[in-house]
Amino acid sequence: MAETLLQIEDLHTQFFTSRGLVRAVDGVSLHVDVGETLGVVGESGCGKTMTALSVLRLLPEPGRITSGRILFRGRDVTKMDDDEIRDFRGNDVAMIFQDPMTSLNPVTKVGFQIEEAMTAHERFNPEQAKSRVVELLKRVRVPAAETRVKDYPHQFSGGMRQRAMIAMGLSNEPSLLIADEPTTALDVTVQAQIIQLMKQLNRELGTAMMLITHNMALVASLCQRVVVMYAGRIVEEGPVDQIFKSPQHPYTWSLLRSVPRVDEARKDRLVSIKGLPPDLASLPPGCKFHPRCPFVIDKCRTNPEPELEDVATNQVARCWVLMRNVKAEDVAAAKESALSIEAAEKLKQAAAAVDGNASG
Amino acid sequence: MQAAERAPATAVRADPVLLRVSGAVKHFPVTGFGGLAVRAVDGVDLEIRRGETLGLVGESGCGKSTLARLITALLPVTAGTINFEGQDITKLRGRNLRRIRRQMQMIFQDPFASLDPRMTVGDILQEPLDNFSIGSARDRRNRIQELLRLVGLNPNFTNRYPHEFSGGQRQRIGIARALAVNPSFIVCDEAVSALDVSIAAQIINLLQDLQREFQLTYLFIAHDLAVVRHLSDRIAVMYLGKVVETADRQHIYERPQHPYTKALLSSIPVPDPVVEANRAPITLKGEIPSPVNPPSGCRFHPRCPIARAPGICSEQEPPLEPHGARDQVAACHFAGQF
Repeated sequence: MAETLLQIEDLHTQFFTSRGLVRAVDGVSLHVDVGETLGVVGESGCGKTMTALSVLRLLPEPGRITSGRILFRGRDVTKMDDDEIRDFRGNDVAMIFQDPMTSLNPVTKVGFQIEEAMTAHERFNPEQAKSRVVELLKRVRVPAAETRVKDYPHQFSGGMRQRAMIAMGLSNEPSLLIADEPTTALDVTVQAQIIQLMKQLNRELGTAMMLITHNMALVASLCQRVVVMYAGRIVEEGPVDQIFKSPQHPYTWSLLRSVPRVDEARKDRLVSIKGLPPDLASLPPGCKFHPRCPFVIDKCRTNPEPELEDVATNQVARCWVLMRNVKAEDVAAAKESALSIEAAEKLKQAAAAVDGNASG
Repeated sequence: MQAAERAPATAVRADPVLLRVSGAVKHFPVTGFGGLAVRAVDGVDLEIRRGETLGLVGESGCGKSTLARLITALLPVTAGTINFEGQDITKLRGRNLRRIRRQMQMIFQDPFASLDPRMTVGDILQEPLDNFSIGSARDRRNRIQELLRLVGLNPNFTNRYPHEFSGGQRQRIGIARALAVNPSFIVCDEAVSALDVSIAAQIINLLQDLQREFQLTYLFIAHDLAVVRHLSDRIAVMYLGKVVETADRQHIYERPQHPYTKALLSSIPVPDPVVEANRAPITLKGEIPSPVNPPSGCRFHPRCPIARAPGICSEQEPPLEPHGARDQVAACHFAGQF
């Protein structure tokens, strides 16, 4: 078995707000192996970004890690003092963010910012740092890197800025790169270039990656394993090919069927998950997904929340029902129209009356 | 009465056309730079047929939103004509323009910015009804409730303000507002791009249901090709202010004729690891050039994998001509030759 790089054990991250206690991350356990790419998927507010920020201890106020362990090569991140955590960030784990525009300093040159990331740590001396900047920009395929190091961020396009961010993230040769929606703000063709680049870098450097995204296609393209999160907890985890072929949690199943595929021309209805994601300050009892689940049974409401249990080799899911037990007709019913036919009829009659008056 | 005007190149079949764009141009002058202009839309020919969904795709800055604003008469054209129901709307003013506006409505991208935070949902939905004097006061109140029910919201929410709703619910309010005046044509400008996946699916399904119920015609603008392909009957691809290819959704994917279309489609990841393992994206070199100073000849030639430059591609601008399948047009000197 591969060596474990990052091991999160029963992490709880909470926000003490005026509205009450918000459990942003509620008992998450996951691991990333050396050189592996792990996808963390879920919708906004499911806790995926907060899990990542917990790893770097960069939580915004009033967030706190209240319990759990985050082990990086056996060292507990939650117990590190200020000097240790400073050393850990960048050297061991680096993060790239969604919006390359707001994560770069607009008033200093791009090259200097990358250099600064290295001089802030002791791995490279100032001369080495200087000479590595161009090399790094070349590695992330910035054309004419020698001249572009002297440019300011506004002279870079969106794709180039994201490349510069990746170069900065890689500058201290970390063994784990956390990428939070790295391509979401980019155009399709540029997105493809960045995906390509991340694949190549993963192969060339063997840097492990934790990819945080809502885009299932990106996970299919880049990751070996995937963790699906809902309402601050993991609902399913497993190898990518297995999860995509036979998801067992109804949420994973719905997520996969709620996005249209460009290689399919069917005008079939999408599976839409009814309702809204739950308010993390007042979660429903039982399974947290039950109010939105198309295959809900009584047990889901009354029993305590199900545990993550083995459903196949290396695959775990948190569900009383599991997709393999759902009948085909129920699956078909999940695609039914939600339009209020009655309201549509009344509107049509009203519109006809108005048009009649107008012409008469 | 103006139906016999010069037909655009897209008119292959004599279908009932709801909207026809011919040679539409929109230049935004860059002040202080002596005559320079952003050529946001630079000669677009397009037709939208009654009851269909036309998807319009392209990367940011290609002019798709500007084109939408020209079509809805929110911006005046620099040149060209836009025929809606046989009338050139670029020439309409005052009452006649208002009458057309009732027929065409728009749904915007950002459900946070497109609703007035100081108006209640009832006010937001009533404003278009008041504006066009539709029905009596009582009719309007009833209609607002039916509209809310139609888009899947509680009809008793009329006294609430937009901030009390989630993004998906606000987008539903935006849709209800567009439907209030009973339009025949709706422009959806990135209507689902800002929403979470499960919510986007709800809105996509709602748009499809509404189209079927009310025989609506959609112009669906988005950068997400998968969503566009799912919703559209035909798809037009824009690049740097021009339409480079139009075809039905089957052929545009299976037999794209323009190299940009092919690259664009190949660059989209598919949520299926088996497909992903074998997908070979055509990675385009460089980035989209500035619309202030577009490249000579074919605008795509500096990034094109099959361009002959210097040569015909850098010297002559290719016209939009029939290529490939029936009803398919592309603007490329070497259409389909890759």
